[in-house]
Amino acid sequence: MKNLNIKKQLPLHLMILPGFILLLIFSYLPMAGIVIAFQKFIPAKGLFGPQKWIGLDNFKYVLDLPNFGSVIWNTISIAVMKIILGLVIPIIFAILINEVTSNTLKRSVQTLIYLPHFLSWVVLGGILIDILSPSGGIVNGLLNSIGIEPIFFLGDNKWFPATMVLTETWKEFGYGTIIYLAAITGIDPSLYEAARIDGANRWKQTLNITLPGMKMVIVLLMVLSLGNLLNAGFDQIFNLYSPPVYQSGDIIDTFVYRIGLLDAQYGVATAVGLFKSVVSFTLISVSYFFAYKFADYRIF
Amino acid sequence: MKLKSIKKLSVFTIINSCFLILAALLCIIPLIHILAVSFSSSSAAAAGKVVFWPVEFSLNSYMYVAKRGAFWHSMLVSAERIAIGGAVNLVLTILCAYPLSKERTEFRFRTFYAWAFFVTMLFSGGLIPWYTVIRQAGLLDSIWALVLPGAVPVFSVILLLNFFREVPKELSEAAFIDGAGHWTTLWKLYVPVSTPALATITLFSLVGHWNSWFDGLILMNKAENYPLQSYIQTIVVQRSYSMLSRQEISELATVSDRTLRSSQIFLGSLPIILVYPFLQKYFVKGIVLGGVKG
Repeated sequence: MKNLNIKKQLPLHLMILPGFILLLIFSYLPMAGIVIAFQKFIPAKGLFGPQKWIGLDNFKYVLDLPNFGSVIWNTISIAVMKIILGLVIPIIFAILINEVTSNTLKRSVQTLIYLPHFLSWVVLGGILIDILSPSGGIVNGLLNSIGIEPIFFLGDNKWFPATMVLTETWKEFGYGTIIYLAAITGIDPSLYEAARIDGANRWKQTLNITLPGMKMVIVLLMVLSLGNLLNAGFDQIFNLYSPPVYQSGDIIDTFVYRIGLLDAQYGVATAVGLFKSVVSFTLISVSYFFAYKFADYRIF
Repeated sequence: MKLKSIKKLSVFTIINSCFLILAALLCIIPLIHILAVSFSSSSAAAAGKVVFWPVEFSLNSYMYVAKRGAFWHSMLVSAERIAIGGAVNLVLTILCAYPLSKERTEFRFRTFYAWAFFVTMLFSGGLIPWYTVIRQAGLLDSIWALVLPGAVPVFSVILLLNFFREVPKELSEAAFIDGAGHWTTLWKLYVPVSTPALATITLFSLVGHWNSWFDGLILMNKAENYPLQSYIQTIVVQRSYSMLSRQEISELATVSDRTLRSSQIFLGSLPIILVYPFLQKYFVKGIVLGGVKG
């Protein structure tokens, strides 16, 4: 009987095997590779090779770096601003789009606002570098015509973080509305009818029916966004920053890239990466736990 | 009284519509501007005369790009990456999703595998160990470096397994009674009924492969192996000219840097714009399917 069962399950093992092995190599092996953080790593000796163990020296080295504090601060402040705008703006737009009665207009607006999401930060970075340029960019041209001095959005520490937050929001807000619009579609239409009979106007209906109907999704996405606290957006910042704005725009991921792959300080870079992975892991686990507990959210 | 409320309503509708139209235009105006610059003459672009329509229409920048071997070569690398990567992603997603969609009574190790897949979404070794593993696997400068590390898109696996679970049990039971095994049931029953979900995850992976640039940048030592987005990154964002031959640099004097960058940015986004109607349709479905259930 048991034999038969194993034989019956064999094809299932075979199906999952290739994917499982690839995950072992490209996800689990790198996880084991965090030992680099405790070594004076020399690539030629190989991963898991006879490297010199140096305990926590890499971590001490990072903590002594004068700019590490500002890297952490930049990461968290940019990420928090992005999370907040990334939640609020799509909710507002979803409600406004839902109020549109003309289907053509609704669909056209949706088509256009989803588009930037699908373009890479290389393409958008190239576009932003051009239009935000202080010499000849159209944004500064517009500002100039209303009498404002040119602003170096990507080269001035005063402006850089805000520019990152706003351009990220610009790229993603449209796509973010999808999930809320789906939630609004799920609201029972008879609720609106009853409210209309009771004389509730559109604003009251939004406040008392639409928003409560979206509550579950809003709470869920709020909780899940917690996992992004240390993700300030590597792709975006890497393509838009430059040495003059490292002070306000250097984040953990770009920092790891530079010290690791450019300066070849593998141990130090891995130590910083490990710090980020551990904090993110904790945050994501906690957020999934809460999402599961309060919103009955299950991935599978 | 009633009339007043209708009038108030329409004022809101007008303001709302105008606001949304403005926001929608804001999303594509930058792209239109770049397009206009790319079709303008160098002097007009350099003088900042171009807004949303080409000034002194010119195809010079596109002619220049068309003559560049490196551009076409990286386009080829991208095409290869998309073809191989897309196929690998699709096959592995199907093969992983089917066993994971089974109940524990049917597949005793399901929980183990499910956790093994799930944990990769929670924790990662970080950039350096990841890079070191790929380098030590001898994949640097090979197309497989762009395909294998991301060969199992766990998010898509989860999306598809949830879709597989919606397939009525009676159908697969009937197939088993007819003597079909797991392989036959998967290819003859599950795959055909899941085409919308498969279209969604395929588009996810194609767009992902087209838009990826960082892995190409660090995993390819030779610039000639760069996929297009990595190539554009070095030309447009880093403004590095190390990839140009001497002849190309001397020719560059005749084309404005700005129109040239603009045309390459536009070409880099063109495939996405071309498939956008499909993208919109299936991505919306996918995000609703995979994002929040119940």
